[in-house]
Amino acid sequence: MTMRRLSVFNVTSLVIGFAFLYLPILLLVIYSFNASRLVTVWGGFSTQWYGALFRNEALMEAAWVTLRVALLSATLATVLGTLAALALTRYGRFPGRTLFTGMVYAPMVMPEVITGLSLLLFFVAVDFDRGFWTITLAHTTLTMCFVTVVVQSRLMTFDRSLEEAAMDLGAPPLRTFFSVTLPLIAPSIVAGFLLAFTLSMDDLVIASFNTGPGATTLPIKIYSAVRLGLSPEVNAASALLIGIVTLGVISATLISKRSVMRSRRNAH
Amino acid sequence: MRRSFAPWANPDAKPLIRFENVTKRFGESTAVDHLSLDIFEGEFFCLLGPSGCGKTTLMRMLAGFETPTEGTITLGDQNLAGVPPYRRPVNMMFQSYALFPHMSVEKNIAFGLKQDGMPKDQIADRVGEMLRLVQLEKLARRYPSQLSGGQRQRVALARALAKKPKVLLLDEPLGALDKKLREETQFELMDIQHDLHMTFVVVTHDQEEAMTMADRIAVMDHGRIVQVATPGEIYEQPKTRFIAEFVGDVNIIEGHVQGQENGLWRVKTSSAEVPLTIDDPDEVLHSGQPVAIAVRPEKMVIQRDPPGPGAINVLTGEVWDIGYLGDWTVYRVKLATGEILRVTRANASRFVESPIEWDEQVYVTFAPDAAVILAE
Repeated sequence: MTMRRLSVFNVTSLVIGFAFLYLPILLLVIYSFNASRLVTVWGGFSTQWYGALFRNEALMEAAWVTLRVALLSATLATVLGTLAALALTRYGRFPGRTLFTGMVYAPMVMPEVITGLSLLLFFVAVDFDRGFWTITLAHTTLTMCFVTVVVQSRLMTFDRSLEEAAMDLGAPPLRTFFSVTLPLIAPSIVAGFLLAFTLSMDDLVIASFNTGPGATTLPIKIYSAVRLGLSPEVNAASALLIGIVTLGVISATLISKRSVMRSRRNAH
Repeated sequence: MRRSFAPWANPDAKPLIRFENVTKRFGESTAVDHLSLDIFEGEFFCLLGPSGCGKTTLMRMLAGFETPTEGTITLGDQNLAGVPPYRRPVNMMFQSYALFPHMSVEKNIAFGLKQDGMPKDQIADRVGEMLRLVQLEKLARRYPSQLSGGQRQRVALARALAKKPKVLLLDEPLGALDKKLREETQFELMDIQHDLHMTFVVVTHDQEEAMTMADRIAVMDHGRIVQVATPGEIYEQPKTRFIAEFVGDVNIIEGHVQGQENGLWRVKTSSAEVPLTIDDPDEVLHSGQPVAIAVRPEKMVIQRDPPGPGAINVLTGEVWDIGYLGDWTVYRVKLATGEILRVTRANASRFVESPIEWDEQVYVTFAPDAAVILAE
């Protein structure tokens, strides 16, 4: 495919499209460097709000909770999601496979409000104290399907004869999995983990349904802070959050792209 | 320089691999159908057949990746039923080579040895030996993605040989190589097999490959073995029309048995005025039986001048096509019945005074013992 020359029309639509998507975020990032206390008035460049942010214990506490929730739920989601992906690709057409596939993918398209609400009802029904653990479990539910999608797409292009070769050379199934299968699908698992991690980091809806005392995540904190009035500190916190999420998504994309390219190269 | 080697002809010889009445069904379809086969130690054995004939399934059952629906497979004195692939003294070279992309060449070759718990220094020795065998010493540290197709094939071979299996299975080993490399590799495989005194079982759909390499060939069709014999027997004494047509080129002339005279069969056909005379004493036929006469193209003689009176097996027609292949010339001769015969002639001399041309009236003859009668 050759690069088409950019026409005026193309450039314009590109600029408008990107502006539509990213101008608000760009504005937020710019204003996080505002020297003025008034959020809407530019008072010169300053990094003071980042300093203030790190001294704001409530915000830092929320950031710490968010990080722990994200790490733990992403880890759980990665294990469960990978197992689901293996089951979906490996066990052929077992009865109820279509149903299972649909059920694994459902949280992807399910309105977050509903996921959040149903989880809340569940936790109340089983009398589970809401807080850190309920958010973690709720995020695991939300993000598992994304891991499954990423890992499954890798497994579909996986050459099964590699596993047969390992077994043929004397490796029992479990050793085959750890010495051949796992190293080869590892990039997609890492990508799935990063995706789950970032999704958990920036989730507000499900977290606010399932939060409890002492478990305020950063998005919840920011949301409630903004309701009381905009503050430049929140801008700074948001900018940092955007940075982390962007980094996560970019590395997830790069990792899975590289592994796909490598597996293609080997196929030839 | 091949030793005379024919354990299959010795009734006392004990086969190394024994398929007994093996059937494999996948749902409704039958891939292997009540098949029995003996393979002897040290044989270079080829399973030959069109795609879907069950040859790969047969090999995969030997490797342990498929379980027979019925029947037993024995290796030496061991019944292989229930023995998983990782406990069989059999190694396989995969069609796709199946090299581990995250391991270097030497790690790939060492993989099987490591599974056996061989000490490190012995593994290193053995890997070195294998690398020398396939002439890849310089590429030991490379990864599969950095190798050419031919080099990958060698790594796959070295990896499968490293454990000194009792039987080496090769699934279309040369399928991915280009023609020239394929020919070289055929002879290399034969040398390696000979030097290591190993039993090789090769699956291929390429009859030329099978003919070149094998001690014996089993021709398969629809899950059954149609004939097991040496390449020479398969080519010169095909048992069925399928084999005659699948292995090499052949002209088939259909007719009916008229009778036997002096041990020679007389077969009446619409292709020739006089009944054809065929010397195939092993066939048991009765008068009126429909048969097919198979004659290889190189065993037919094409000439412009009418053969003398009393000549037998004369077919007349006109030259329809001429293909010059350098070493051979292929003539396609159209008979009055519309049948097309394929006749080849070795180009023994560089210049021919008046070569046979297109549309010329020609006579095609063949000796009685050049033909094989195949019962329909």
